[in-house]
Amino acid sequence: MTLPFQGIGASVRRKEDLRFISGRGHYTDDINRPGQLHAYIKRSDRPHAKILSIDTAAAKAAPGVVAVFTGADTAALGSIPCGWQIHNKDGSPMAEPRHPMLAEGFVRHVGDQIAVVIAETRQQAKDAAELLAVEMEDLPSVANVTDAIKPGAGVVHEGIAGNLCYDWHIGDKAAMEAAFAQAAHVVTLDLTNNRLIPNAMEPRAALGDFDSSTDDYTLYTTSQNPHVIRLLMGAFVLGLPEHKLRVVAPDVGGGFGSKIYHYAEEAIVTWAAGKLKRPVKWTAERSESFMSDAHGRDHVSTARLALDKDGTFLALHVQTLSNMGAYLSTFATAVPTYLYATLLAGVYTTPAIYAEVKAVFTNTVPVDAYRGAGRPEATYLLERLVDAAAHDTGMDRIAIRRKNFIPRDAFPYQTPVALQYDSGDYFTTLDMAMKHADWAGFPARRAEAAQRGKLRGIGVSTYLEACGIAPSKVVGSLGARAGLYEVANVRVHPTGSVSVFTGTHSHGQGHETTFAQLVTDQLGVPFSQVDVVHGDTAKIPFGMGTYGSRSLAVGGSAMVKAMDKIIAKGKKIAAHLMEASADDIEFKDGKFTVAGTDKVKTLGEIALTAYVPHNYPIEELEPGLDETAFYDPKNFTFPGGCHICEVEIDRDTGVVRVVNFTAVDDVGRVVNPMIVEGQVQGGVAQGIGQALLENAAYDADGQLLSGSFMDYTMPRADDLPNFNVSTENTMCTHNPLGSKGCGEVGAIGSPPAVINAVVDALRDYGVRHLDMPATSAKIWGIIEAGRPKMAAE
Amino acid sequence: MPQVSLTVNGKPASVEVEGRTLLVELLREKLGLTGTHVGCDTSQCGACVVHVDGMAVKSCTMLALSANGATVTTIEGLAAADGTLHPMQEMFREHHALQCGFCTPGMVMAAIDLVNSHPEGLTEEQIRHGLEGNLCRCTGYHNIVKAISAAWPLMHQKGLPVAAE
Amino acid sequence: MYDFAFQTPASVADAVKLLADPEARPLAGGQTLIPVLKQRLNKPTTVVDLSRLGLSGITVSGTTLTIGATTTHRTVARSAEVKQLIPALAALAGMIGDPAVRYRGTIGGSLANNDPTADYPSAALALGATIKTSARSIAADEYFQGMFATALQPGEIITAIEFTAPEKAAYEKFSNPASRYAMVGVFVARGPKGVRVTVTGAGQNGVFRHTAFEAALSKSWSPDALNGIATPVDSMNADIHGSAEYRAHLVGVVAKRAVAKTL
Repeated sequence: MTLPFQGIGASVRRKEDLRFISGRGHYTDDINRPGQLHAYIKRSDRPHAKILSIDTAAAKAAPGVVAVFTGADTAALGSIPCGWQIHNKDGSPMAEPRHPMLAEGFVRHVGDQIAVVIAETRQQAKDAAELLAVEMEDLPSVANVTDAIKPGAGVVHEGIAGNLCYDWHIGDKAAMEAAFAQAAHVVTLDLTNNRLIPNAMEPRAALGDFDSSTDDYTLYTTSQNPHVIRLLMGAFVLGLPEHKLRVVAPDVGGGFGSKIYHYAEEAIVTWAAGKLKRPVKWTAERSESFMSDAHGRDHVSTARLALDKDGTFLALHVQTLSNMGAYLSTFATAVPTYLYATLLAGVYTTPAIYAEVKAVFTNTVPVDAYRGAGRPEATYLLERLVDAAAHDTGMDRIAIRRKNFIPRDAFPYQTPVALQYDSGDYFTTLDMAMKHADWAGFPARRAEAAQRGKLRGIGVSTYLEACGIAPSKVVGSLGARAGLYEVANVRVHPTGSVSVFTGTHSHGQGHETTFAQLVTDQLGVPFSQVDVVHGDTAKIPFGMGTYGSRSLAVGGSAMVKAMDKIIAKGKKIAAHLMEASADDIEFKDGKFTVAGTDKVKTLGEIALTAYVPHNYPIEELEPGLDETAFYDPKNFTFPGGCHICEVEIDRDTGVVRVVNFTAVDDVGRVVNPMIVEGQVQGGVAQGIGQALLENAAYDADGQLLSGSFMDYTMPRADDLPNFNVSTENTMCTHNPLGSKGCGEVGAIGSPPAVINAVVDALRDYGVRHLDMPATSAKIWGIIEAGRPKMAAE
Repeated sequence: MPQVSLTVNGKPASVEVEGRTLLVELLREKLGLTGTHVGCDTSQCGACVVHVDGMAVKSCTMLALSANGATVTTIEGLAAADGTLHPMQEMFREHHALQCGFCTPGMVMAAIDLVNSHPEGLTEEQIRHGLEGNLCRCTGYHNIVKAISAAWPLMHQKGLPVAAE
Repeated sequence: MYDFAFQTPASVADAVKLLADPEARPLAGGQTLIPVLKQRLNKPTTVVDLSRLGLSGITVSGTTLTIGATTTHRTVARSAEVKQLIPALAALAGMIGDPAVRYRGTIGGSLANNDPTADYPSAALALGATIKTSARSIAADEYFQGMFATALQPGEIITAIEFTAPEKAAYEKFSNPASRYAMVGVFVARGPKGVRVTVTGAGQNGVFRHTAFEAALSKSWSPDALNGIATPVDSMNADIHGSAEYRAHLVGVVAKRAVAKTL
């Protein structure tokens, strides 16, 4: 029997699906431990207040209540850490206020945790939380960045003047200024990148367990990176050594960045489990998720582009205010700096770039990386700015892009903002996308729509991102407090089946399938004989988790390296068995052969020999066939591509519908095309959500106005079109797979394509720019304001 | 405490619950059927959809006691006794209609009801509209729509073309 | 939610007796009540399940359509009788919530709750329905008394709703993009009560009749008849999804689309 091809390049159906479609997945809230208690967190309903007193007596006396803890009980414990230190323009370090696991005297955002009630049942804990008497005195508060930096604004953290976390810059200011002085055109654009709430469908949950016989702690948590949580929580918050703390991230129902970070609730349940000697579980209600999961984006920027008379970009100047929220979340400070400003060259040859970023504290939920993280903000700014440049200079939108693209033969390409791109071909992805979207046929479609009373527009975005994070030395020099390599352990069992242990984590990405395909491809082991294990610090040597589209480019590369070691050792064993020199052994399709002979040993035979070493080169080699590799990438990877969106606007209501969406992405080597397409489709859906629907709305004081699905517009099936998704790939030159990453391209490339299309649809109304989300109410306002003008013309 | 008696996935069950216990809490916490999920608290997301007396309902918006005497099918009860998957489960897998899997049980239960409710055929637009009560954050729905289109002929055994690509 | 006693009376009389307790709450389909209870916005001592009172069903007598109070939205939406006699009502029922909500939600529950964004109140008011209760019959004109307020007395439960078939009618709505509840819903009818235009979702005080639109449509039943007729902005809701001006504008757009549906 010939097995179907299941190696690299095959759209193999996913291994993990069987349990998910049968209801046999194992998510954190599905886990229950004997004697388990339930935690309910009392949260602030005020944006900023001083806690005068907390009376816990009535709550403690309520039925089923085992304990009530407040900040007074946890004050001696560590602060929830930020993983990345940024420095100010003057070289001084950023302001880094304490982030307590339970409020210590002050609450600083709606949702800030004041106390935890632990009871026999979830309902009892919630019932008792109502009996907590918390006396508070409101303090001046501020929710948006432009207000927060004004003199006299509410001060989020005493002692942090102007609410400024840092004032950072990158690039050559003098070169930028010189270029602007000579520019034929200067194009300026003010724009915001709207604040989003990630809303993975599985709410966060954490279950702390303590074994009093061994003093071992176990935390089951909805995390994208269990080892990092073990490090952050163990070393910085609770003071627990790694060997006494196991962190398990079982099936996780989506992350999109929001489950990267170490959250207070994880520390609370772990600490309380030790204190009470019983398991403690907390599961967020969705309304809690809205006010306690890290939010995303929230930038306010001014961008200026200098061009010569032919439309060649000469220089870019960007000033951005980035909202950190009330506390610094794990990756928060890196997002608007190294994940944003370093991307401002985009796909263009702009020779001088200077960017200034102020990170600002506000009385809102902490903001951190959300799918794309910094790169969507950079892409949106650039691709809107390029369209504005075309608008202002009268140049064609496509022509101005082509004119400024980095040429095909210019790689490796050093940008003026630190990054060196290894490969890419922006001309081809643009050409293919225009073809797939039938760009040439658009005028006819626009005219046809006009006959139906609809305004039709088309928009393009040519983008690039940096992912596959990251070279440890580079990020270390930039302020990262951890290495960002990845780890794989490949264990060939005695009869030839394989377990792969990876430090990355799958929460929808399909690693159990993609990584098994790598093993099938490289070791020739049937797909069904490979299991991928992830999400448990007790099983996996180490790892940095999954975010930044890094799993295949970095984690997959670690796996390739580990398999290289397996093959190298296997060759030595095979040489011994077949009485040949190891240099003469070839390995292909799971078989070791002696070059030029018909001598052959299968991987299974070699494995059995390695574990039953009766006839074995025991003097030179240890028994066993089990190899681990740490892979630290040489560079970031640089996926890119072109997204084209076509919209129709209903003049009467202002409703925008996406009628066509085309993406042609360059993600490097594709292992499973089906999974890649799914990743892009999902990312595009989130990008369209950002552009048209989603907005985390606060009032000026910091009350969250979009605190549930009743008010936060999640994209639904009937909000979205079918997507025309494909890839045109150039290979990454510095990792063994050639893969670049595909998880974020959809969310990065799409928002400006959508808004460029909306602006195009409204071109007769004199619209040059509008901020996201382009809601029907906003569009109607524009159409309404434009009506007299239209009538007059 | 009051008692609720019902049949779940073909098996009778009789459980003590509080008045306020939701059907989903009965399923997940009392009967250990954790395939049914809770994704929101405002009856919007549909992760908790199960069939009660053949009707696809949100089990987070129904009291356990309201299900007294009812026949309930959850995602765990869809496959045949020999393990053969329901065509909707098969098509979700075949068309990569799930990623993290969290919305999937509710999505599959809602999708089966949608197909059952439309023996005359289902257009893509009807499918998208019919999923109004089910949120998915991973897939962008594209492949879910494809899977449901593909399941329609299998469920109705007609092999008719429905729901254009 | 807070705990409560759960009662399943088998007769209307028993239900009324149980609901004599002012802290008791009736439960029909629960699609609004249960979310409210989950948010702990209401703390009943007893929840009285009305689903087993035999109040479900649809009957037709001449031009009169009677729908039992616990008839679900799905049943109304798919009923051949309703589709034949008052197709606009079947269409409206098919636009409420989502398929799962329509399996549980009931017409009586919707009218008793009188949520300002509910769909059914617009139909009852436009069609001049009669609300039959455990105690009496109430004309729709007297029944709706503002947001979440009705003529129902404590302990009084709706048993059925009686509609008379109109000559023409249609319902159209513009949904809130997030919740999908009616941001603006307009029911237009020409029937026994003359021309009526009712608006749900948009107004600050729940469902209301748009008398200016009614006057215009009485003269000429066409979308264009509504051109240039303003909807008072100061009575409109405003929130993060749209200003009062936008809603006032949408009332006109949606009303025209409803009229167009009848042509």
